Amino acid sequence: MLNNAVTLNTLRFVLLVLAQVLIFNSLNLYGYINPLIYVLFFYWYPIKSNRPIFLLAGFLMGFVIDMFADTMALHAMAALTVAYARPLIMRFCFGINFEFQGFSFKNTTKLQRFTFLACLILIQHVIFFTLEILSFSHILLILKKILFTGMATLLIGGLLSSLFNRKPV
Amino acid sequence: MQRIINFILTNRNTFLYLILMLFCLNITIQSHSYHQSKFFNSSKWAIGTLFDSKSSLTDYFGLQRENQRLVQENESLRLQLLNTTTNPSATAKDAGMLQLYEVISARAIKNNIAAPRNYITINRGETHGVAQDMGVITPLGILGIVENTSAGYATVQSVLNTKSNINAKIKNTNYFGSLVWDANDHQILQLVDIPRSASIMVGDTIATGAMSSIFPEDIPIGLIEKYDLNQNQSSYNIQVRLFNDMANIKNVYVIRNKDRKEILELQNRTDAE
Repeated sequence: MLNNAVTLNTLRFVLLVLAQVLIFNSLNLYGYINPLIYVLFFYWYPIKSNRPIFLLAGFLMGFVIDMFADTMALHAMAALTVAYARPLIMRFCFGINFEFQGFSFKNTTKLQRFTFLACLILIQHVIFFTLEILSFSHILLILKKILFTGMATLLIGGLLSSLFNRKPV
Repeated sequence: MQRIINFILTNRNTFLYLILMLFCLNITIQSHSYHQSKFFNSSKWAIGTLFDSKSSLTDYFGLQRENQRLVQENESLRLQLLNTTTNPSATAKDAGMLQLYEVISARAIKNNIAAPRNYITINRGETHGVAQDMGVITPLGILGIVENTSAGYATVQSVLNTKSNINAKIKNTNYFGSLVWDANDHQILQLVDIPRSASIMVGDTIATGAMSSIFPEDIPIGLIEKYDLNQNQSSYNIQVRLFNDMANIKNVYVIRNKDRKEILELQNRTDAE
């Protein structure tokens, strides 16, 4: 059972990195929108997880994408922060319930899952684009990028997550 | 001591987060002020190979347009060749130019335009003679400067990079300034420090200047879109519309200046004195 989860997440890791660097990084919708869909890794990752490993996996994922995209360590920082903040966001979105044993994604409403995804995307995009430009004189550009890229990621991420929705066990 | 260790153990996730974050910040801030990180970039073998196979797959879709471009370029080169053979003095001058610069053809296998610091990866590296600080152009105009190389691949700092700073002038005059990018529009660059005394008009051509040992003089860049005076009214801020479509880059040429080493040595010696 454990092996199964490890294989599944490794596969997800590789596929999401490839999708990000080969497809979504060269989309350039309207000249600047490249959805950061690798956030789905953090959305799909098992709830009961070993946190240090999760943090390292998130860091590694961001870092590999950084090397492909020549963005120093920006994706790594965004991914790491999302991974670190995930338990907090889950408590915020699913209530105190998620700390109990019997909790699983299947018991949550669609709205809760949507809010969860939106919160992950918000944190990721705020970190990424703020550090990418890192200048107060470009604040409008930063906000524009966060808003529109975030919306594109939410749209495509939402579609992908419902497309690959696992059947209730 | 025991309590410190306990404290670290109970907060180990936070410490792990902070350590990794510091590592990332270090890499990022270093390359903000100076060059792109030498180790973590897409000129590396594995990454280059992946992009290469992707581009050999997707290149078929743009084949027709790319062929058209190459035919156009051949046409203009052919035109130059035919016109120079009838003029012996020009031939002698061009022969001298030819010996000064070497050209290495390459293909862009990865291109970014959306970030404030964009890099292009090309499928030529050290084994083909590409080295840091060589200029890269397309048939239409300038593209960037080589930043990192591996055996078979190289990353090019695109002109669409806030760190980029290229010597440029208004064609057929000797007024020169710096070509920079404000990260807003991937078709518009900014030419600054052109003195107020220059007479400029919308539609004038901007080309590379003679002050750099990277690009040859008079490589086309773009047209003046609009201009205004800067804050202290002493020089122009010019918006330049690029000839190149930066979103669609395929065949490029790396330019090697054989005299660059000598020029740099001379400049260093002069600076030291």
